[in-house]
Amino acid sequence: MIPDELYYTESHEWIRVEGDKATVGITDFAQRELQDIVYVELPEVGKKVKKGDVLCSIDSVKSSAEVYAPISGKVLQVNEALNEQPELVNKDSYGEGWLVVLKLEDPGEISSLLSASKYRELVEE
Amino acid sequence: MRLIFEYSKAGKEGFFVEEEEGKEIIPENLLRPEIEVLPEVSEREVVSHYLRLSALNYSVDWGFYPLGSCTMKYNPKINEEVASFFTEAHPLLPEELVQGYLRVFKELEEALKEITGLDAFTLAPAAGAHGEFTGIITVRNYLEARGERREVVLIPDSAHGTNPATAALSGFRAVEIPSDEKGMIDLEKFKAALNEKVAALMITNPNTLGIFEENIKEISRLLHEVGAFLYMDGANMNALLGQVKVADLGVDVIHLNLHKTFSTPHGGGGPGSGPVGVVEKLAPYLPGPRLVESNGLLLWEEAEGRIRSFYGNFLVMVKALAYIKELGGEGLKEVSEIAVLNSRYLRKRLEKKFKVAYPTETLHEFVLSDETFRDKISTLDLAKRLLDYGFHPPTVYFPLIVHGALMIEPTETESRETLDRFAEAMEKILDEAEKDPEVVKTAPHSTPVGRLDEVGAARKPILTWTQYKEKQD
Repeated sequence: MIPDELYYTESHEWIRVEGDKATVGITDFAQRELQDIVYVELPEVGKKVKKGDVLCSIDSVKSSAEVYAPISGKVLQVNEALNEQPELVNKDSYGEGWLVVLKLEDPGEISSLLSASKYRELVEE
Repeated sequence: MRLIFEYSKAGKEGFFVEEEEGKEIIPENLLRPEIEVLPEVSEREVVSHYLRLSALNYSVDWGFYPLGSCTMKYNPKINEEVASFFTEAHPLLPEELVQGYLRVFKELEEALKEITGLDAFTLAPAAGAHGEFTGIITVRNYLEARGERREVVLIPDSAHGTNPATAALSGFRAVEIPSDEKGMIDLEKFKAALNEKVAALMITNPNTLGIFEENIKEISRLLHEVGAFLYMDGANMNALLGQVKVADLGVDVIHLNLHKTFSTPHGGGGPGSGPVGVVEKLAPYLPGPRLVESNGLLLWEEAEGRIRSFYGNFLVMVKALAYIKELGGEGLKEVSEIAVLNSRYLRKRLEKKFKVAYPTETLHEFVLSDETFRDKISTLDLAKRLLDYGFHPPTVYFPLIVHGALMIEPTETESRETLDRFAEAMEKILDEAEKDPEVVKTAPHSTPVGRLDEVGAARKPILTWTQYKEKQD
């Protein structure tokens, strides 16, 4: 399951760009690899990140994984629902299981991300 | 299985205290309010209950415990006996009354210096991760004293999981170095990440894949060139004892786990001991107290800060020193030889049916991936099923660079027969996965409790009887 309209990273984040805002989450592949997610440590609103910085971390029964910022920007919003229901990331990783909304710093960075078809190739390898 | 609360009957009492006795001399704010929910049981019931529970434990004395990177080996009972001679002193006694005790510290420091080739040791840290922290802040203090600002600690992705936490806690930024196709530090990527901002590289050698980092001398040379240090996580020392002095590899700082390698049972949360050894230029920055010898008398001397009250967990050190003296240099060398031989034997046996993550030769442990069974059962299923065969499972899902990892460390204390029985159980489970996967997926079946709801326990933990009752109602 890899929606066509999103961009992806090699570290299995997805990003949905709308104007100067971008919603970030982890891919279906990533949530399956992690298995049952039990805790999501969200960043503080207002935090500034550079592309590749740790954005937040996710604990599952299997391991603890870091989510990297696909692009540089400022955290505008975090998905508070995950505090009570981290399993949303498992259930609906592209929808209700989104992690943060970033305000883009440099829209030019988007061209460095993977398209859906490129990401599909990566995951199917 | 019942909980102690489930034996409770209102009005039953096991032990009588004069409630008010002495109460008047205790300040009001220190008095605990009445606890509302306590089990009401007799002394006899309490004893039976906890004795029964204790018999349900699985331990390294009970059987095979191949928990990778934890070195769960059998610890000779004679060393417990030796430790029992040393329980009558208080750490605040004047030095001249406890020279024998201090001599244990001193001789152990000397023995560890001989084993590692390093110049100075502190025995203060209480466990492995505490040792890591001590080692890295010793580096930090050295750098600060020289006015150097370095903010990065490099950590290979095959290192112990505690290493990045240590770096972060000590005020550094952890930067991960990927492994190459042989399962060793990718030398090119290491070079690319190395600069004057780097304070140290934390290496686990052999790493968590059980692979010896062949390029360690080159790595230490490059680090030293830019003024950085090589920190070695010595948790896997069981593979190297008596084979090489780590100082000859260019290691500047190491922590050892006396409770893994040197004869103290562990796994129950302590007590442990994580001595830290350093090269000469770092020695003045080790935390206090330091033991100094003057006219044949051992004395305490304060030094840079303290990492713990007093000087570590003493009885663990008595056991370590007894173990080192009993075995001697040749004996310690044999420990690592047999540890590696056992591991390689088991790997060869398992390689017929399982996939080893990296083809490189391994030392005291090795890591299997789930490649040969992942379409039928998961690594967790296999681990749970091993319980039914009477074995403690290996470490699972670590290191993260191996898919569905099973990290197996048999140690030198196991017989060939045990290794064979374990390999047979592993193969049988593969068979079952083929013919009757349900029995594996619902395992364990022979333990006091069956498959636990790990997700539920992490998401909505029920930690007290009151919470449990609320959930029931």
